[in-house]
Amino acid sequence: MSERINSAWSPSSREIQRRGERKRISRRQAAIAAVSTTVVLGTLLIILVTSPGWEIVKNTFFDIDYGREVFPTVIAGLWINLQLTFIGGAAIGVIALGLALLRTTKSPALTPFRFLATAYVDIFRGAPLILIILLVGFGVPALQLKGISSNVIFLGTVAVVLTYSAYVAEVIRSGILSIHPSQRAAARSLGLTSGQTMRYVVLPQAIRRVVPPLLNDFVSLLKDTGLVSILGVTDAVRAAQINASRTFNYTPYVVAAVLFLLITIPMTRYTDRAIRQRTNAQSSEGAI
Amino acid sequence: MANVLELSKIRKSFGTELVLNDLSLSVPEHTATVLIGASGSGKSTLLRCINLLESIDDGQIFLDGEEISDPLINVDEVRRKLGMVFQSFNLFPHKTVLENITLAPIKVQGKSKEEAITATLALLKRFDLADKADQYPDRLSGGQQQRVAIIRSLALNPRLLLLDEITSALDPVLVNEVLSIVRDLKSDGMTMVLATHEMGFATQVADEVCFLESGNILERGSAQDVLHAPKNPKTQEFLKRVHQAGRL
Ligand SMILES: Nc1ncnc2c1ncn2[C@@H]1O[C@H](COP(=O)(O)OP(=O)(O)OP(=O)(O)O)[C@@H](O)[C@H]1O
Ligand SMILES: [Mg+2]
Repeated sequence: MSERINSAWSPSSREIQRRGERKRISRRQAAIAAVSTTVVLGTLLIILVTSPGWEIVKNTFFDIDYGREVFPTVIAGLWINLQLTFIGGAAIGVIALGLALLRTTKSPALTPFRFLATAYVDIFRGAPLILIILLVGFGVPALQLKGISSNVIFLGTVAVVLTYSAYVAEVIRSGILSIHPSQRAAARSLGLTSGQTMRYVVLPQAIRRVVPPLLNDFVSLLKDTGLVSILGVTDAVRAAQINASRTFNYTPYVVAAVLFLLITIPMTRYTDRAIRQRTNAQSSEGAI
Repeated sequence: MANVLELSKIRKSFGTELVLNDLSLSVPEHTATVLIGASGSGKSTLLRCINLLESIDDGQIFLDGEEISDPLINVDEVRRKLGMVFQSFNLFPHKTVLENITLAPIKVQGKSKEEAITATLALLKRFDLADKADQYPDRLSGGQQQRVAIIRSLALNPRLLLLDEITSALDPVLVNEVLSIVRDLKSDGMTMVLATHEMGFATQVADEVCFLESGNILERGSAQDVLHAPKNPKTQEFLKRVHQAGRL
């Protein structure tokens, strides 16, 4: 109910002067930044291209024609990585939420599941992802179970989902634990059951709080899908490897790396922004 | 007059610290009982025990004649009959004012959304907050937030309202808008137990004032008696300190 801003207002001469000063300051800062960037990057580039081995490196890693030739196969592989990331990501979200809820529940009936969830998280968070991929990828087909696919893409995805569910469960759990007990007290004193309190009061706030770290995990997930190449899945990494070993020219690796970066860098930037916004929001929450 | 709340020889300790010791209290219907006492004297603990947010070590608590300190009681059902307002408001930051207030009527009482919203808008209007229905709590002043918190617990039509120092996180200017709601509720006949440091306000609303000290009620009686002519030397000492702090 504040007063309307007076439409007849025009800035005073002092304000106009201040605006000019601010503009001059920011222009000078931009100029300094540009000069400093050019000098630093230029120096690095000169060191690189004047180094004795540069010619060889250029031909074996940065062969533009060869890069163009392998580009379609690498990008087809990358499509596999992306599918794996999104399908796996959805499965991870569901499993991780279940694990986090089990680990925070106090319900006596769920006690055995709480222990199991804790053990699960300990195991899959503690073992290197590459070992889990090898164990699932070669171990499960060896069991010769009926009805379980021995498709390497499927098994690779399962291994990644198993591991990442443990990571993400811990992130969600930390979010749940970060909600102040007074929120729970307020909800319970309104007569909400502990399940309703979790669902309507604690979890929505917890998830909001952990969105930035979850985005980080999502970027890592995309990169780590490259590891399923060891099972023989023709993803971007494997596609590059096939081409590189055929010609002893490593340009395909560079192509794959650049393609990954084209996706992960914008995602990382976005995550950083989300974190900044989160921090600002939290400091204003604290000010209440 | 029937007693809405009856406490009989309540005992509560945290570790080795005895916070409530053999405390008994009766709260008749349509009355306001005011708890005063130094910081740490156990006012909040007493209110939290009544609301079953803390379990007691001994004694009994009766709500409308039913023993709610029975371990077999359904605590969610008991809490539906009790409203509690906290010093720090504890509104849900991810929900608008309207959603904060309608959450329990919809999920706990099973009201329809429309019904809950209509009732809430009427309450908001009554307490001058109609234009804030769709705001998030962090956009409101402290006084507005606390009024919303009071309305949130009123929306369940509680038998008994527990108010824990609901103005001590507020600027002096905002205190009165919150206290005037409580005065309204009092004249509506709401039964209340409240802890406060606002002695002037206590004088206005209290049917009984209880002075808490080392876990027990040292002196009780009308506001006139306890606040203006205290008999117990400890009560006199406490009120003198409050007086010096300019709160009387
Ligand atoms: N959860 C807890 N664990 C341990 N000790 C506690 C807990 N809650 C309260 N206490 C202790 O119990 C005593 C009474 O606290 P309580 O909050 O009831 O006092 P109060 O009268 O409400 O004080 P104030 O006026 O400062 O709010 C204090 O000494 C406090 O340290
Ligand atoms: Mg207190």
